[in-house]
Amino acid sequence: MANAQPLLSVRGVSKAFLGVSALENVDFTLKAGEVHALLGENGAGKSTLIKIITGAYRRDEGEVLLDGTPIYPRDVVDAQKLGIGTVYQEVNLLTNLTVAENLFLGRQPKRFGLTDVREMNRRSRAILDTYGLSIDVTAPLANFSVAIQQVVAIARAVDISGKVLVLDEPTASLDAHEVEMLFAVVRQLRERGMGIIFISHFLDQVYEIADTITVLRNGRLIDTVPVAGLDRLKLVSMMLGRQLEADFKRTIDPNTAKAEPLVSLRGLGKRGNIDPLDLDIRQGEVVGIAGLLGSGRTETAQLVFGIERADSGTISVAGTPVNMSSPRRAISQGFAFCPEDRKTDGIVGDLSVRENIIFALQAQRGWMRPLSRSEQEALADRYIAALDIRTSDREKPIKFLSGGNQQKVLLARWLATNPRFLILDEPTRGIDVGAHAEIIRLIVDLCERGMALLVISSELGELVGYSSRIIVLRDRKMVSELTGDEISTEHIMKAIASHGATGEAA
Amino acid sequence: MKNSKYLPLLATFVVFVLAYVICISVFPNMLSTRVAGNLLTDNAFLGITAVGMTFVILSGGIDLSVGSVIAFTGVFLSVILRDTSIHPLAAFVLVLALTTAFGAAMGGIIFFLDMPPFIVTLAGMFLARGISYLLTTESVPITHPFYSTLQDLYIRMPGGGRLTLIAMIMVAVFAFGIILAQRTRFGTYVYALGGNLTSAQLMGVPVAKTTIGIYALSGFLAGLSGIVFSLYTSAGYSLAAVGVELDAIAAVVIGGTLLTGGYGFVAGTFLGICIQGLIQTYIVFDGTLSSWWTKIVIGLLLFGFIALQRGLMWMSERSSRNMRHASASGAQPTSA
Repeated sequence: MANAQPLLSVRGVSKAFLGVSALENVDFTLKAGEVHALLGENGAGKSTLIKIITGAYRRDEGEVLLDGTPIYPRDVVDAQKLGIGTVYQEVNLLTNLTVAENLFLGRQPKRFGLTDVREMNRRSRAILDTYGLSIDVTAPLANFSVAIQQVVAIARAVDISGKVLVLDEPTASLDAHEVEMLFAVVRQLRERGMGIIFISHFLDQVYEIADTITVLRNGRLIDTVPVAGLDRLKLVSMMLGRQLEADFKRTIDPNTAKAEPLVSLRGLGKRGNIDPLDLDIRQGEVVGIAGLLGSGRTETAQLVFGIERADSGTISVAGTPVNMSSPRRAISQGFAFCPEDRKTDGIVGDLSVRENIIFALQAQRGWMRPLSRSEQEALADRYIAALDIRTSDREKPIKFLSGGNQQKVLLARWLATNPRFLILDEPTRGIDVGAHAEIIRLIVDLCERGMALLVISSELGELVGYSSRIIVLRDRKMVSELTGDEISTEHIMKAIASHGATGEAA
Repeated sequence: MKNSKYLPLLATFVVFVLAYVICISVFPNMLSTRVAGNLLTDNAFLGITAVGMTFVILSGGIDLSVGSVIAFTGVFLSVILRDTSIHPLAAFVLVLALTTAFGAAMGGIIFFLDMPPFIVTLAGMFLARGISYLLTTESVPITHPFYSTLQDLYIRMPGGGRLTLIAMIMVAVFAFGIILAQRTRFGTYVYALGGNLTSAQLMGVPVAKTTIGIYALSGFLAGLSGIVFSLYTSAGYSLAAVGVELDAIAAVVIGGTLLTGGYGFVAGTFLGICIQGLIQTYIVFDGTLSSWWTKIVIGLLLFGFIALQRGLMWMSERSSRNMRHASASGAQPTSA
């Protein structure tokens, strides 16, 4: 490729929100015929940069050049017209319209002033043919898998924009087979000379598809490097800004593995949610659940906690079978559950830290036996100190706390009920690095004090660090149980990636 | 591939045919163009406004003001024809401009102030009804000779049935609605808004223009429906057409349109109107049944259709889950 001027070039762009800097003096260069991965942890500034490029935000400083010309996209639609198309993780198409209507919305071919449906369908077929996709374009988009919707979204973006394609976590909800299909499309577009910005949390995929990687951290550019020859550990340390604690692993007391299980699942499952699985969890044990989004992780936790009712199998607690028909039942067995989405399922934003902490305990005691104010205050103070919850005041509404501190309040809520068995769903999602380490320390600590824990996390390194055992889910099935030396990120990834042949011929 | 989006429409059609067969088997006389003609004439005003309501509901909204707008139109026409010498045709144009602007204003408020359509059109309902009272509280007869001319226009159908002017207007409005929904950009935008507002915006749908257009259309058709209603009753009365908005919503839902928007057909609404008309006709033929039976049957039908829609959605969610893998491997990309 001739090293002519870059396709897209971002120079010294800064952006601040209410005085807080989200992006500082960032450079980014995309060449034609290149797949450029943009990496960084939460809060690194990836999405801010993308939103500036795609017109959702306006930059405070710096310039964005497309084909050497400065551009000032007013909004996403304007950026599309300039040549920058975006495909999001949550496919932003209209599932109630047909495939053809989705491809041509807003630019339908017309005949005698009316939409020429036949022509539109014909052209849609022609477009999708170039992607090797022969589907019924007159069927509603909802009839197709997310992967196909994703390809349709790409086809639309390319057809309208045609220069730069931004793929924002396009693979998050796809299985390995579907990812392959998507990547074939991406490779094809690269050969056509498009510039592709690829955002993903899956490093394997980045290594598979990208030519160049740009890493952001805390709103600053760390480096832009070619993928070939890039050491994986080095990349992760660039992203995290510290050496990877890959070697850290909790030493596990071999005696715990011999103890009687506290909770045991036998053939527990629910059709369409999770296939039947067996699992024992002992006191003093952290069992990790690994798997991609949509692999059945949360569904498993919900079955155990009685949020969803299983249609097969049994749950026994300390050897006695329990009919886990509702969360109340689970709580009365000494179970506790911190859900994944704390904003909608966990915290009550307008109530104070104290009120949020005493919630579960009060519910367990029943409304007839209220906790006195002084008991509540003592309890709140104790957990604020014990978990180091950073709040100016125990009466402060919880919505004003940072994500990490909200998470700690939720933990405190359940710890106050003195549970035997604690389920954590993504306990470290969306919280800062400092709080992250504290939550992990707390998990280890609780475990060492004899609690049984079931932890779901997407952060495999973290899971490897504290789990006594890890089960790996894939496509709503338990595919592997890792113990002892088998516990490593690599093994988890392998388990997730193996069992590849899912898509039976249709 | 079987298209589940036509299933509610098909269900409505089956219900209609069944209802007709039952009616005919009890009263063989109901199989005549006379009955069909009367059915269309009696429900013309409801059908016209139901077309507007279909667009509103397809876009995920609701328009509660149409009944009041119909009454306002009638009162406005009767008062203006009584007190001035304006020709009815000019009065029609005037009142249609007013009701269209009224609908457009509601659409503007819904979009720009980001208000729920339910509240905005509820306010519109009170407003239009209030203005009708302000004009007159009495039933004002319309005696203009042009009205008689219009009322006498009809096409004689084989078998002696009469296809009156207002029935023809309704059929024309339905034809227009079907083309607008299925064959124009505006129509696709309406479905897009009802499907997913955020996606529609990101895909470049002019949401402001479309929202205003939808409520303006509903206002226009409510005005047209008011004119037809005044032709049908030869009077304007501020208490007329109370609850017509709910009858229109019922017809739309029975016609298979999803109340949450995005799915449905204008043609389904026509069947919905016909089913309602059929029940009324049956009651008239029977002679002993209270007319409230119409409401009871409509109520039951509504329950039935809501349950059907829920069931269909549930089934399509399940089948799309099962289909995921099948379709993923069924369409493999050829290597580039």
